[in-house]
Amino acid sequence: MHTLTVSELAAGLRARKFSSIDLTLHFLGRIERLGPELNAFVTVTADRALADARAADETLARGEGGPLTGVPVAHKDIFCTDGIRTTCSSRMLSSFIAPYDATVVARWRAAGTVLLGKTNMDEFAMGSSNETSFFGPVRNPWDPKRVPGGSSGGSAAAVAACIAPAATGTDTGGSIRQPAALTNLTGIKPTYGRVSRYGMIAFASSLDQAGVLARSAEDAALLLEAMSGFDPNDSTSVDRPVPNYAAELNQPLKGLRVGIIREFFGAGLDPAVENCVRAAIAQLQQEGAVIRDVSLPSLPLSVPTYYVVAPAECSSNLSRFDGVRFGHRCEQPKDLLDLYKRSRGEGFGAEVKRRIMTGTYVLSAGYYDAYYLQAQKCRALIAADFARAFAEVDVVLSPTAPTAAFELGAKTSDPIAMYLNDIYSIAANLAGLPGISIPCGFVDEGGKDLPVGLQLVGPHFGEARLLAVSHQYQQHTDWHERIAPGYA
Amino acid sequence: MIWETVIGLEIHAQLATRSKIFSGSATAYGAEPNTQANLVDLGYPGVLPVLNGEAVRMAIRFGVATGSKISRRSIFARKNYFYPDLPKGYQISQYERPVVEDGSLEIVLEDGTRKTIGITRAHLEEDAGKSLHEDFHGLSGIDLNRAGTPLLEIVSEPDMRSAREAIAYLKKIHTLVRYLEICDGNMQEGSFRCDANVSVRPVGQAGFGTRAEIKNVNSFRFVERAINYEVERQIDLLEGGGKVKQETRLYDADKGETRSMRSKEEANDYRYFPDPDLLPLVIDEATIEQVRATMPELPDEKAARLVRDHGLSEYDAGVLTASRELADYYETVVRGLGGQPKLAANWVMGDLAGALNKEALDIAQSRVSADALAGLLARIQDSTISGKIAKEVFEAMWSDGKGADEIIEAKGLRQITDTSAIESAIDDVMAKNPGQLADYRSGKDKLFGFFVGQVMKATGGKANPAQLNDLLKRKLSG
Repeated sequence: MHTLTVSELAAGLRARKFSSIDLTLHFLGRIERLGPELNAFVTVTADRALADARAADETLARGEGGPLTGVPVAHKDIFCTDGIRTTCSSRMLSSFIAPYDATVVARWRAAGTVLLGKTNMDEFAMGSSNETSFFGPVRNPWDPKRVPGGSSGGSAAAVAACIAPAATGTDTGGSIRQPAALTNLTGIKPTYGRVSRYGMIAFASSLDQAGVLARSAEDAALLLEAMSGFDPNDSTSVDRPVPNYAAELNQPLKGLRVGIIREFFGAGLDPAVENCVRAAIAQLQQEGAVIRDVSLPSLPLSVPTYYVVAPAECSSNLSRFDGVRFGHRCEQPKDLLDLYKRSRGEGFGAEVKRRIMTGTYVLSAGYYDAYYLQAQKCRALIAADFARAFAEVDVVLSPTAPTAAFELGAKTSDPIAMYLNDIYSIAANLAGLPGISIPCGFVDEGGKDLPVGLQLVGPHFGEARLLAVSHQYQQHTDWHERIAPGYA
Repeated sequence: MIWETVIGLEIHAQLATRSKIFSGSATAYGAEPNTQANLVDLGYPGVLPVLNGEAVRMAIRFGVATGSKISRRSIFARKNYFYPDLPKGYQISQYERPVVEDGSLEIVLEDGTRKTIGITRAHLEEDAGKSLHEDFHGLSGIDLNRAGTPLLEIVSEPDMRSAREAIAYLKKIHTLVRYLEICDGNMQEGSFRCDANVSVRPVGQAGFGTRAEIKNVNSFRFVERAINYEVERQIDLLEGGGKVKQETRLYDADKGETRSMRSKEEANDYRYFPDPDLLPLVIDEATIEQVRATMPELPDEKAARLVRDHGLSEYDAGVLTASRELADYYETVVRGLGGQPKLAANWVMGDLAGALNKEALDIAQSRVSADALAGLLARIQDSTISGKIAKEVFEAMWSDGKGADEIIEAKGLRQITDTSAIESAIDDVMAKNPGQLADYRSGKDKLFGFFVGQVMKATGGKANPAQLNDLLKRKLSG
């Protein structure tokens, strides 16, 4: 049952091959058995899951409900869930019970999904390996010595290990796409503004966007549609109709203009990863896609730009965690300053502190123009590069990450090396564009098969096209169907 | 050395919206602590601000009223600092691109001089909560009811040269925001607050001196005192060879002095940057036109009309238009009376104002309504009673709330206009005072007043004064 995709589960539920309770118990059992070794979940909501499942079964029995009714899912622990602990994998919020549902949570709930639990992540979504979590690192189902990527590492590991059929993620600089690539999943980050950020604990507000980690483009289409759309509670969400993504999956590849981003096939890219991506390009070409070389000369500015903008916003966003109203408060503060210093000092981990300090610095009087303002200009250049490219091609293609999954601890002492893991994914966030990562092959590392992902980026609100291209590719390949040994 | 004072004011006007600027919580004053703060006001994880359109329309009203430029695109920024009553750790404000810029306002000083004061900008922002340091035994209480209340911060040019000019400007803004119905102007409750930037320089010097900012002074009187104190302090300092420090100072109303709160060096670096949670505020021409079309008559226009159409003096017109409620009251009286604007003005500014002052009431709380006052004045106009009797009737109206006619009838105050009745009273008085009559006739003209008084006394003050004058003159001269 657990190897079925969401669409297959939905069909099975409708055909009464199994009930939502059956499914939920099955997945809860897997979480209990396999969850601890992966450390994918921060909180398992078994009671809530069973209550959701019972309600879903009643709905289905009445012949009602939608395509997601009764399907178990997991939420990244960055989304507020009413009455359920919402930690952002930080000590700061380790006992924080959210008093409301994030819009994404509410929409998936309204669609009839069953909540299995909250998944582990990099603390406040700051990381690319899921090693900054207060609750410990998540392990990659393809090789437990390796990271699943981050920051949505718990969601990725859970779906890749088939202990959850699908999960939410958030992507500020690649946090959905990079873990999807490292765990053989399909992960989509939609256009900025497509999905409401209300109730999603902010890391960098102008870059954060919610999305989906799933085992196929078809699943991603169903799940993305269910979470998208305008929300009056989020002024940056866009009031624009949500397409029926699933209905548009059959657009043919023939004639599709694919731009290969020249700048993303240079130094730093693992040749074995490049081979997989090149093979996928050949496959697309064989199916009728027109392959073009495109240059986006400002893309090398992405990482430095990102590491000004994101810390700047995070330094301000995380000010509210001050020990006064919620979250961690130090013992016996002797005065206000002591309360602030110790509550924050104890509540935040090293990477979060590094970014708060960087962000505070770049916004300071005398440095603002040189860093923040300059970064905004670079951002405009990057967006302009993409706009020029999309005048010539329908989508641009690159590897999702420069290497396959690396070993735990390999990059923790070198932040720059860690940051470079997002070198291909960050630009889409800076330009607010939709991006998707899909499985495109495997590399052999020490006798283990490690998955490789390719990334497609489209113009604003081009999600339907990205999903369709991915789906068509998945009709001709079976990379995405492979499941990590031991979890099938 | 002769010194010149330079003053600029920053006024915080709390906008009279029903809900907060970025959340749906109520803004009513005086509720139990923390009962008007929702998750957005509390800065909970994951919540986002949504701009209140009504606050924007109010800012536009102010901009239109002051001839300002309304920015077609303005930006909300975050002002970052830590304080327990600032839940998010930043205040959402406007920094580089405010919604209103480059306006002005004309003030009239007591001697009639007019002066134009520039308005640099007015921007929208949210208020913080309140920290309460008493009653918590060494701890502080935080009340977040006020957090997120919309404010319009109105920044003037450094155009004022005395405390009097500053007060005239402050009062003018105070009048204006209430006319526009965008702020209730209540200084006690903090819905209208003022910071003053004060510096001095030798007369003739082009550059400004170093300024001190005096924070949050909560009455017109205190603003004037605080500025005057600060000007003297700075002059003394400079004349003693010292230097003025750029700093923030607090006014202590009990001691009547300002004292240092923090210096420029200690000032926060607020790390302003555009708030990524809010889109740029775009205001189109249609919205501005819509606001323009619904603008009320403004105080200056109203005063000019009262001078032109009602024949009032500029001074009277200025007093009567100082608040919209007072002007409405006056105009209701004139309407009820079908004219007689001067009579109405004299009564509103005289007896009515006196009665209100005595009980420290404002015009909205008057015990005599505008229609009732018009009813009284109508009886003066049709000679039923004299102006003097009218004062007695007014007092009765004020104390027992009855109408003028009812009181006149009940007390028998109707004026005597019957010539024979007045003549017979005159005859009586002349008969009883032969000595005075003889003296008058021998040239002591001053005694005329004595006879007027005696006849009035005999008629209970009801004799028609004009008639009495005529008849008495004739009779006395024999």
